[in-house]
Amino acid sequence: MSYRLLSVDKEEPGLKERNYLGLSDCSSVDSSTIPNVEKSNLNFKATELRLGLPESQSPERETDFGLLSPRTLDEKLLFPLLPCKDNASATTGHKNVVSGNKRGFADTWDEFSGVKGSVRPGGINMMLSPKVKDVPKSIQDERSHAKGGGLNNAPAAKAQVVGWPPIRSYRKNTMASSTSKNTDEVDGKPGLGALFVKVSMDGAPYLRKVDLRTYTSYQQLSSALEKMFSCFTLGQYGLHGAQGRERMSEIKLKDLLHGSEFVLTYEDKDGDWMLVGDVPWEIFTETCQKLKIMKGSDSIGLAPGAVEKSKNKERV
Amino acid sequence: MGLRLPSKVLEHILSFIDSNEDRNSVSLVCKSWFETERKTRKRVFVGNCYAVSPAAVAKRFPEVRSLTLKGKPHFADYNLVPDGWGGYAWPWIEAMAAKCPSLEEIRLKRMVVTDECLEKIAASFKDFKVLVLTSCEGFSTDGIAAIAATCRNLRVLELRECIVEDLGGDWLSYFPESSTSLVSLDFSCLDSEVKISDLERLVSRCPNLSSLKLNPAVTLDGLVSLLRRAPQLTELGTGSFAAQLKPEAFSKLSEAFSNCKQLQSLSGLWDVLPEYLPALYSVCPGLTSLNLSYATVRMPDLVELLRRCSKLQKLWVMDLIEDKGLEAVASYCKELRELRVFPSAPDLDEANIPLTEQGLVFVSKGCRKLESVLYFCVQFTNAALLTIARKRPNLKCFRLCVIEPFAPDYKTNEPLDKGFKAIAEGCKDLRRLSVSGLLSDKAFKYIGKHAKKVRMLSIAFAGDSDLMLHHLLSGCESLKKLEIRDCPFGDTALLEHAAKLETMRSLWMSSCFVSFGACKLLSQKMPRLNVEVIDEHPPETRPESSPVERIYIYRTVAGPRMDTPEFVWTIHKNPEIGVSHLAIK
Repeated sequence: MSYRLLSVDKEEPGLKERNYLGLSDCSSVDSSTIPNVEKSNLNFKATELRLGLPESQSPERETDFGLLSPRTLDEKLLFPLLPCKDNASATTGHKNVVSGNKRGFADTWDEFSGVKGSVRPGGINMMLSPKVKDVPKSIQDERSHAKGGGLNNAPAAKAQVVGWPPIRSYRKNTMASSTSKNTDEVDGKPGLGALFVKVSMDGAPYLRKVDLRTYTSYQQLSSALEKMFSCFTLGQYGLHGAQGRERMSEIKLKDLLHGSEFVLTYEDKDGDWMLVGDVPWEIFTETCQKLKIMKGSDSIGLAPGAVEKSKNKERV
Repeated sequence: MGLRLPSKVLEHILSFIDSNEDRNSVSLVCKSWFETERKTRKRVFVGNCYAVSPAAVAKRFPEVRSLTLKGKPHFADYNLVPDGWGGYAWPWIEAMAAKCPSLEEIRLKRMVVTDECLEKIAASFKDFKVLVLTSCEGFSTDGIAAIAATCRNLRVLELRECIVEDLGGDWLSYFPESSTSLVSLDFSCLDSEVKISDLERLVSRCPNLSSLKLNPAVTLDGLVSLLRRAPQLTELGTGSFAAQLKPEAFSKLSEAFSNCKQLQSLSGLWDVLPEYLPALYSVCPGLTSLNLSYATVRMPDLVELLRRCSKLQKLWVMDLIEDKGLEAVASYCKELRELRVFPSAPDLDEANIPLTEQGLVFVSKGCRKLESVLYFCVQFTNAALLTIARKRPNLKCFRLCVIEPFAPDYKTNEPLDKGFKAIAEGCKDLRRLSVSGLLSDKAFKYIGKHAKKVRMLSIAFAGDSDLMLHHLLSGCESLKKLEIRDCPFGDTALLEHAAKLETMRSLWMSSCFVSFGACKLLSQKMPRLNVEVIDEHPPETRPESSPVERIYIYRTVAGPRMDTPEFVWTIHKNPEIGVSHLAIK
């Protein structure tokens, strides 16, 4: 049986460049094992929030892995054990993959979240899992664990991949809280470990969680949330075919442009919904039970930035 | 002429058959055997709660005493399955309550359990004895209180790594004074403090209590007092050790432990200070299981402890043990069967611990009975894998997590193909395998060919093309669960080997290049598979060729499930309907 697969000749020895996460400041371990990394190929542009198909974003993309280009389905290979009646769906269902292989499953990396469809400069594509509800939790965990808990969320050049390394959340949470208890350099915070609250947004299918202890101000929280949820507001980048993307972003932009901005609210200990930003940050972290991003006419923190950004992008 | 055994005789014969696999075979012989078997089956295990309907199971096995269910896919443990996906226990509890009142034991893993479920259990099963919830969520301590209060003959109550809404420690006081039947209590995952006097009384009046796992809120003083009341314990999970070391406290602790002559398993040890470890020395010689994976203790102290544990069979520890510590384990713990080494700092930046592949090589060489390994390490070599395979052909479970994705053999810069080939070829009894590091399609050719007994295979960031999946699905004769993330294969191999999927329990794929069109096709062709797409955008808004985020495919006789959330799309069997999204609020 022959394969019409675009498989790459794997006979060649030596190292293939793997552009994991497209970042140049990988750990020292990484650098030492991949001596021939061409740093110029690491595409920072891939991490920027932009509208547009992936092809337009990264002209310097490598294409040594031809297998990732459009693939056609050979009818004969389907279901060799079963009679294949459905010719139509088989062939039409598999047109050349337009943007599929460019799918960077952007992930909510620390603060660089909401980046979808970033192009991976060749090689194994950026294999970041798509956003998951619990992503911020594990990411915050890892960060607060690594930095002794409760510290500022320094702009992490290192991105975190969802669910990697494969450690159960229970373990991560336990380590995070015990580390913050043990660490000496707790900077004045009552090292109570992580403080997770659920964040929901009108229209978004799943909830996220954020660790309030990793922020020290409303500004930080709001920009993190903005990045986390921007994909819902601004649609997918190159994830789908042009048609789909336009439709998606059209719908969302319309919503935004019709003046319905986003409001960040929280539920306090008494069960009341309040606007975020009225009380000092420390009190807020103590009383906040849940966060919700609502569409509303008032705007606080989050909203103006989001609307402005989307307007700019539309002009592009 | 018919040789028909009277059903009573057949029943008696079948009472000797425990294994469900055998019982399944028995039930296929003929109708009367089916009937007799089903009426006498006492233990039911459902590996995927959506593979069969609760009503069907309850109806078929009215005399079931023990039910074990698993819900979410394994990768849910690593946050790859969004909340709300499913895995609800309620329909099962409801069905069992209606038809199987003799149910005594329920064990659930990765399921959503509500307080309502727990209350229903307490109310419906008069002789309820065993409740074990592993990695479950959705309930509060109120539900636990209901179980404690109502189940008069409760023997086992274990909450293992559950996410529980903790409303306080009162639940413990709901065990009536008359309850004396407890054999095992595990509340290590709860946060709130329980009243120590309640716990002391409970422990004192349960003479058969052999396993007690405390939560971190229990202090050292509390632990001492409990140990004094339950010196017969065989399994202990300590509370928190984080307290100032007072000489008095230490000697009391030491004495309490030395009175526990039957202690075989020790866990907890959160925040244990190295100064406290000597208090444990007296129990070390008897220990068969030691979980130090939450103990941030350095190598020298670990070695001091471990060198006294000559009977140790199971060791869970953090990479703080270093290669040197594992070398010591290899020489002192000759009975070791299972080793798990967890990273103390999952963030790569922090990884400067001297734990390398050498540590595992030491243990593989020194511990002849080693059969189960879970090892997190920054990088690895083919040579090490070859040595491990050569020395330990008796390995049954080998899970290597090279933390750095795509990391090649750091000495030769080659993929780890050769190493995993050796493992697959050499370890003929391998049942579970997790691979990592830089791997080409070739690695999977070897695995497909040689890993004949592997039932569960986990793969991340590996392979080059469809060949990878082709190799796995055309080989791996015993494969039941396959979970793959971030690998660059697409539709072809998946569709070609669709028939194989019906021989497996489930297949999980995330961040691969499988298109929506392929999912549709697969679902239409395979009536007994549920093809579920997890994607935040409705698949039909995109071209059929575009890849979907996550796919979970499993065999089922129950048809598509009715409880999918917004972001899960079950591909309908009827091509006209396309994608259906059946949700019941």
